[in-house]
Amino acid sequence: MDQIPAVIVDGIFYSAWLFVAAVGMTLIYGVMKIVNLTHGSFYALGAYAAASLTGAWLAKGYPPMLSYAVLLGSAVLISVVVAPPIERGILRFMYAKDEVVILLITYALFLILEDVIKLIWGVDPYFIAEPYGLLGSFDVGDLSYPTYNLILVGIAIIAGVGLTLLLRGTRTGKLLLTVIHDPEVSRAMGINVDRFYLVTFTFGSMLAAIGGAFTAPTVSVVPGIGVEVVVLSFAVVVIGGLGSLPGAALGAVIVGLVRSAAIHYAPAVELFVIYFVMALVLAFRPRGLFSLAEPRKI
Amino acid sequence: MSRDRTLPILGAVLLSVVLAGPLLPQWALFLLTIAIAKGLVALGLMLLLRAGLVSFGQALYYCAGAYAAGSLGRFFDISDMLVQMLTGAAAAALLAYILGFLLARYRGIFFGLLSLSLSMILYGLLVKSEALGSTDGVNVLPSTVLGIRPSQEWLRYVVVVVGGGVALLATALVYRYLRTPQGQLAPAIKDNEIRVEYMGTSVRSAIHVLYVIAAALSGIGGALAATTVGHIDPDMAYWTTSGEFIFITILAGTGSVVAPFLGAMIFGIIHTVAYDLSPNTWQLTLGTTLLLVIVFLPEGLWSLFSRRKGA
Repeated sequence: MDQIPAVIVDGIFYSAWLFVAAVGMTLIYGVMKIVNLTHGSFYALGAYAAASLTGAWLAKGYPPMLSYAVLLGSAVLISVVVAPPIERGILRFMYAKDEVVILLITYALFLILEDVIKLIWGVDPYFIAEPYGLLGSFDVGDLSYPTYNLILVGIAIIAGVGLTLLLRGTRTGKLLLTVIHDPEVSRAMGINVDRFYLVTFTFGSMLAAIGGAFTAPTVSVVPGIGVEVVVLSFAVVVIGGLGSLPGAALGAVIVGLVRSAAIHYAPAVELFVIYFVMALVLAFRPRGLFSLAEPRKI
Repeated sequence: MSRDRTLPILGAVLLSVVLAGPLLPQWALFLLTIAIAKGLVALGLMLLLRAGLVSFGQALYYCAGAYAAGSLGRFFDISDMLVQMLTGAAAAALLAYILGFLLARYRGIFFGLLSLSLSMILYGLLVKSEALGSTDGVNVLPSTVLGIRPSQEWLRYVVVVVGGGVALLATALVYRYLRTPQGQLAPAIKDNEIRVEYMGTSVRSAIHVLYVIAAALSGIGGALAATTVGHIDPDMAYWTTSGEFIFITILAGTGSVVAPFLGAMIFGIIHTVAYDLSPNTWQLTLGTTLLLVIVFLPEGLWSLFSRRKGA
């Protein structure tokens, strides 16, 4: 029984990480109807960009406390550089194709980006552990946790609340909802749908890159770092319902808690249990927990 | 249709392999066997693709077939590759029969995602199962055929001939199946499911049947790969393996039962050549090829042949 606090705290940290990693995927699907496998590539790009830029920052002897801003900045920078050419140069010509075909196209892009990353950064691991230890630790019961973990929780909350407010409360958000509902009519009404697609793709990818950037200090950044993130994000997003923001949050919390419980009580089923939950949800609610019935367009 | 020479062509290819095999280097025989194994999986995916379904988790059955074959050696000391392939097919088909009740209800992106999650479940189970070697996997006994153990220098040749023979048989059965009314249903399902239902056929059971056939083919492929490589590990069920199979299927197209094997051969060549030239960029070549095929040859490489024939 005394493991319960540990399960919950670990679960919260893992959920926050999952949410940041996955929310961009649900955003992109919701707006553009693309199941985006390059999401994993952007996660990896964010991690690599953060590793090299923050590494350089620290090596020059600049204030280490500002390294967190560098982490964030490198994620923003890399996604602004890489995402728009992908959307404008390739994806925008594919929107007319079937969802499954677009999935395959993003798979092709994912393969390409995996190797581009290796070409740029090589295959040796990168380490930037300093930001991880800098903030000390805090205690829950008799367990000690690195304070750094709270940053991701903060980012997750900001991303979730921010996106919800953006969608519900602003003019841009309302226009975006219109685009989601019917791109063609929106276009006829004079909304610049192309720009919404471009911004959504860039912003969604940026969230993945931020997830990668803030994970970089806690792991060694190696090739293939984004491969697992793709399927985990899938699991989170599908459990909640593709394209649903609260769904992604719920999915992240479910997967986070289930996995942390599995690690503490039954380590043998750790990986299995995540996908088992995903299959279970799909079996009973094919479109995920937070989905509405698909309106049939004539 | 009357000029269709698909099966004689495949037979001739196998015959030439039988004749030329002793002259080929070991690595070429190995490449050929792997291409046959992956071609079988792609053949199954092609059947599903004809009905408009893309399974992003076919590695589930590839891996199940491989582990069924591997377990025969590990627990029962059976190394006969015919028995292994048969067991692989049976295990995969049984699994697909059970899961098919669930999957046959899904279409489009959800079919892909659910099959993906099922293959990841197997991956998650295998990674943690000590009896089956966890992440290291297990070694598979050197292949024997009908109680005969080929000598080391003939082993690859025997495996490719026996594997090729089984693949030819399976392909011939699929070819026949595609000529039955049930087999010709798939494109109709892709076009308009409701009309198919109005014709008085159950779409769900048609998809279920296709799914089981596809799984059985993947199971044979997995068992063949296991006996050739001599080693199996959980990565055979990982989603990137499924991605490879989809790559082959898309590359080949759905025009003919020969196409998947051609696709698998080309995949093997791209893999080997690109990996040899530059080990860190072969995925780049793969991704670019896939992108170009989807954009410029949406019916796959096979459409090049059939178009020429039509002209």
